[in-house]
Amino acid sequence: MFKYIARRILFLLPVLVGVSFIVFSLLYITPGDPARMVLGDQATEEAVQEFRNKEGLNDPFLVQYGRYVYKAIQGDIGRSYMTRRPVSDEILSAFPSTIKLAALSMVIAILLGIPFGIISAIRQYSLFDSVTMIFAMVGLSMPVFWLGILLILFFSVQLRWLPSSGFDSLAAMILPSITLAAQSVAIVTRMTRSSMLEVVRQDYIRTARAKGQKESVVIWRHALGNALIPVVTVVGLQFGHLLGGAVLTESIFSIPGVGRLMVEAIKMRDYPLVQGGVLYIAIAFSLVNLLVDLVYAWVDPRIKAQYK
Amino acid sequence: MEDKKLLLDIQDLSIHYVVESGTVHAVEHLNLSLAPGENLGFVGETGAGKTTTALGIMGLVPNPPGKVVNGKILFEGEDLLKKTEEQMRSIRGGKIAMIFQDPMTSLNPVITVDKQIAEMVLLHNNVTEQQALERAEEMLELVGIKRERARDFPHQFSGGMKQRVVIAIALACNPTLLIADEPTTALDVTIQAQVLELMHELRRKINTSLIMITHDLGIVAEMCDKVAIMYAGKVVEYAPTEALFNHPGHPYTEGLFNSIPDLDSDEEELKVIQGLMPDPTNLPSGCTFHPRCPYAVEACSKDVPPMVEIEPGHFVACPVRGKPYLHLGK
Repeated sequence: MFKYIARRILFLLPVLVGVSFIVFSLLYITPGDPARMVLGDQATEEAVQEFRNKEGLNDPFLVQYGRYVYKAIQGDIGRSYMTRRPVSDEILSAFPSTIKLAALSMVIAILLGIPFGIISAIRQYSLFDSVTMIFAMVGLSMPVFWLGILLILFFSVQLRWLPSSGFDSLAAMILPSITLAAQSVAIVTRMTRSSMLEVVRQDYIRTARAKGQKESVVIWRHALGNALIPVVTVVGLQFGHLLGGAVLTESIFSIPGVGRLMVEAIKMRDYPLVQGGVLYIAIAFSLVNLLVDLVYAWVDPRIKAQYK
Repeated sequence: MEDKKLLLDIQDLSIHYVVESGTVHAVEHLNLSLAPGENLGFVGETGAGKTTTALGIMGLVPNPPGKVVNGKILFEGEDLLKKTEEQMRSIRGGKIAMIFQDPMTSLNPVITVDKQIAEMVLLHNNVTEQQALERAEEMLELVGIKRERARDFPHQFSGGMKQRVVIAIALACNPTLLIADEPTTALDVTIQAQVLELMHELRRKINTSLIMITHDLGIVAEMCDKVAIMYAGKVVEYAPTEALFNHPGHPYTEGLFNSIPDLDSDEEELKVIQGLMPDPTNLPSGCTFHPRCPYAVEACSKDVPPMVEIEPGHFVACPVRGKPYLHLGK
């Protein structure tokens, strides 16, 4: 198992090299001059050229990329053009909000999605099932920004119960988390339901019933363990996405998270910051994937057998 | 058939599945009985209603779409259909156990086999979990699996081994009645023999009655005292195994025997029974077999033939073919 984890982390290296190369190329061919963006329209041509020389922006592409990789290996991924702070500091300061938002949303998605999915499945075609599926469809198709604005209008403006922006108190976290969780709740609910429906028709469920086992134990012990395997995948993928920052939610609620930081960086052609942000997202996504695979092995002994 | 000491006595049982295309008459006015210690072979084509009857006895007919619409299932003199769910739960597994057809899918893939056996023991005996697990290991040894493998998961066993585990689960609480639903259909021929041998031996050891659902007359000849032939939801012939093999009474049974290929004669084609199983949503009137029956007369399409005793213990639901044998019973 340990060997497997080590190997998976080692696999991260080629992923990072690939990701950084692609992003570097994309930024290189994208029109827009970071020097102009940083120095403003009023800056003289000399000042712009001086900035470009200082940051090595006039060097050939491969030289620039080589220098970036060389420094990155030593742990230096550059400084933001805008703030002149190290990129790692910028990301680390945006990270806590993002991870809190992502984690809270996932907790909501799991706590609501899984029970709703289970009940929907064991009472298939009931009123509960129909209503849940309608809500799931609405949740899935509702644009995030629209839901966010509606929640702000109702809970912040009308009722004045919750703050409409920021992310420093628990009260401030409620609305953004709900906004961001809506789609995940819908996805997890639907996934749990369909997976559960498939599992309760399996022969081993009939075996469990033939033992004289109580229906509740049949569901909890025999069906759920098997039904949750695909749900783990979905939850993992969702969490990976959310860790990359939720641009819309962060913008609506003015949360200083990774998503907003990245969008700002892209707008300003802040190359080191974009580059660093993408690397962070790649690492976060890969690690979540690894975590999902480990949870998999824990849930399903058939998969565990392959990890040796 | 009306002996009070019967272990199982099914009377006029009908089980229907209501589906979009109509009502499937899976089991239709079925009568069947079993004395304690007896081995009954339950033979019929796929779709004849064998498994549904078994699920009916277990109270496990999937509902919806299935529903027991009529009849009684007397087990040790008590009607199982009148029991509450809770009472049924203590009978299921404890007194009546079932072995299912496909061992590959009958075990829970995420639970170790010892726990799956122990679950059965815990449900029907007043023991601690430790004792139940101990009993599970004993059961594994009984079916020929080493104790060391108790903590393995189902995917670590072969098909034959899995069926042994399934048998261990079924027999863990010494059931009075064991229903085996085509226990060897999914297995290789060599493994089939082993599993049948094992069931035969264990059955004697714990003295349980057996209903063996199969479409293999060879298995019936080997394992069963009595045979019930089922066609389109009904028992059409019920007899001691020897009597059935010596002089099958029902044209359908006859057709089944004729369709067994003869090793000595050099024939190109199998002798099959003409026609197909009737559509269960739209069964023929009268005798359900009459459209395929070479002996059918006009009356066959009108009246449902009653079971007639053509010799002691040998019942046939065919007035046409049953008649010549009637003298045997007199």
